[in-house]
Amino acid sequence: MTENLNLDPNLDRPDDFYEALLNTHYGLSEDKSRDLNARLILILANHIGDMDVLKQALNAAVPPPGESSGA
Amino acid sequence: METRLRPRQNPTFDYVRSPDQSAAASAHHLVVIVGAGPVGLSMAIDLAQHGVRSVVLDDDDTVSVGSRAICYAKRTLEIWNRLGVAAPMVDKGVTWKVGRVRFGERLVYSFDLLPEEGHRMPAFVNLQQYHMEEMLVARATELDGIDLRWKNAVTGFDQTPDRAALTIDTPDEPYTLLADTVIAADGARSSLRALMGLDFEGRVFYDQFLICDIIMTADFPSERWFWFDPPFNRGQSALLHKQADNVWRLDFQIGREADPELETRTDRLVPRIRAMLGDDVAFDIEWASVYTFKCRRLDQFRHGRVLFMGDAAHQVSPFGARGANSGVQDADNLAWKLALVTKDLAPDGLLDSYDDERGRAAHENLMNSTRSTDFITPKSPISRLFRDAVLDLAEHYPFARPLVNSGRLSLPTRYDGSPLNTPDAHVFACGPAPGAPAIDAPLANGTWLLEQLGGQFVVLYFGSSDQAPPVMVVSRVPVSIVAVDPESQTAARYDGQPGTAYLIRPDQHIAGRWRAFDIKKVETAVGRAIGLEP
Ligand SMILES: Cc1cc2nc3c(=O)[nH]c(=O)nc-3n(C[C@H](O)[C@H](O)[C@H](O)COP(=O)(O)OP(=O)(O)OC[C@H]3O[C@@H](n4cnc5c(N)ncnc54)[C@H](O)[C@@H]3O)c2cc1C
Repeated sequence: MTENLNLDPNLDRPDDFYEALLNTHYGLSEDKSRDLNARLILILANHIGDMDVLKQALNAAVPPPGESSGA
Repeated sequence: METRLRPRQNPTFDYVRSPDQSAAASAHHLVVIVGAGPVGLSMAIDLAQHGVRSVVLDDDDTVSVGSRAICYAKRTLEIWNRLGVAAPMVDKGVTWKVGRVRFGERLVYSFDLLPEEGHRMPAFVNLQQYHMEEMLVARATELDGIDLRWKNAVTGFDQTPDRAALTIDTPDEPYTLLADTVIAADGARSSLRALMGLDFEGRVFYDQFLICDIIMTADFPSERWFWFDPPFNRGQSALLHKQADNVWRLDFQIGREADPELETRTDRLVPRIRAMLGDDVAFDIEWASVYTFKCRRLDQFRHGRVLFMGDAAHQVSPFGARGANSGVQDADNLAWKLALVTKDLAPDGLLDSYDDERGRAAHENLMNSTRSTDFITPKSPISRLFRDAVLDLAEHYPFARPLVNSGRLSLPTRYDGSPLNTPDAHVFACGPAPGAPAIDAPLANGTWLLEQLGGQFVVLYFGSSDQAPPVMVVSRVPVSIVAVDPESQTAARYDGQPGTAYLIRPDQHIAGRWRAFDIKKVETAVGRAIGLEP
């Protein structure tokens, strides 16, 4: 059975996580932040491990057609 | 310390005028092989061992010139062992198993291929392509049935339903040969491909690599060293790998814009090498040249009477050492099939399975070499970002190490789902499944399993030899028996419980396997493996 990507709320403490994420980036140049994000993605992907779930996550992250990312 | 240029003197082979060149009517041969590179020569040797004569044409009169293949994988060595040519290669070559990956100034990771004990052949041997080809030429010359013709360049081709015709230029006047089957093993710039107007599609990479073979007696270990972004080649990659006779392969990525003529000049090359190896190392330069790489293939490897193999059929980047390795495996796949068809023991359709099975292999090899090339030469800021993140993480965390891709080393392709396989009807805990290559193991009598299998159909039977089935002949094709003790290391590798039988093809891939020997099932499986059964 293939597992499904969980897109429902799953974070223990969403506000704490969000603050910790921003704190980790605090004071970094844009380049350093980008490097950190890349490392973070790889670390999280490894923790998930399951290729089917990862594919669903990659798809979920792609902006829907016709929609810009807001930039 | 003076650095000298010491280009190698290759042997040359004499052009000998063939009686075919003076014949009143064009001579007709069963098999003509175009190209005496590693692949064409391996094919000729394999055919000769199956008792099929061939004419081999090569436009040159020597072996490979300059820096080309150096790394041969275990499966290729096993094939060459079957062809009677691996021993000198292993003796002369450099056996290695440790690789180190550096990023900037840091060693981020080392690997040990940790080859499993109890195999006749090592994981890898490094040997210059010119030595390897010379050994193949020597073997081809000692066998009966190989008519090797140097300075014979194919310049024209056509085919009708009953024969192919080749026009051949020689130091004398041109002549024509007719053939039942033509093997196109004429390399990446294949003349036959061009003469037949076939597309060669894929990706071209624009990054240039400066490849240099140097002669030095430094005591660097026999390891593969790969650098990403080293201080002596900022923003690019580099490689150091040992070959025979104290020759070392250096490989520097030099980017898209570099000028090849300038980069291969000694006054530029020597400081570059000193920056890599240190100022106190003495060396001479055997060869230096600049390459770009392509990953592309023919859509179909069979075109009527012409079968393409090696670089003529598929071209990969060198990362992962897949070119010669996969080409030799092409020959291994086709030789026994062509031998059966030529002797009228199998239908012509068996040759189509070559395209099917080796097409999968080409797909796998192209995918791997394209991925390695993309990792080594990131094409966009984001791909460089992730690449560098992987390398940073690999230094500290084991999880990132499998993502580092400086070349995935060549493993044999399993012909899963091939029409020649008889699918498993029983459960096996381990062992090669139908389509996979047989696994080597030491035998009680001091020999090796793969050497016992040889190059014909074999039933590998687990049980005492008096219970083993007798030698069989299935539709005129002989099938021999190798009986192995169910308590042995071989049995452990094959899940060889008493009574278990594996049917193994002449290229040592598994055709089928059963928990009990049943002659009817084995006969049907042999029929299927030679293209008789749908
Ligand atoms: C820098 C570099 C490093 C490499 N490293 C490795 C490695 O480590 N491991 C590995 O497995 N592979 C490696 N390769 C790839 C390997 O060199 C090739 O895959 C291999 O040589 C292919 O063999 P082949 O017999 O198909 O073709 P080729 O070696 O090209 O031989 C073709 C032959 O056909 C002849 N010919 C051509 N046209 C005609 C004609 N019209 N008539 C008659 N004869 C003709 C040529 O003279 C030649 O002898 C490397 C390649 C390069 C460039």
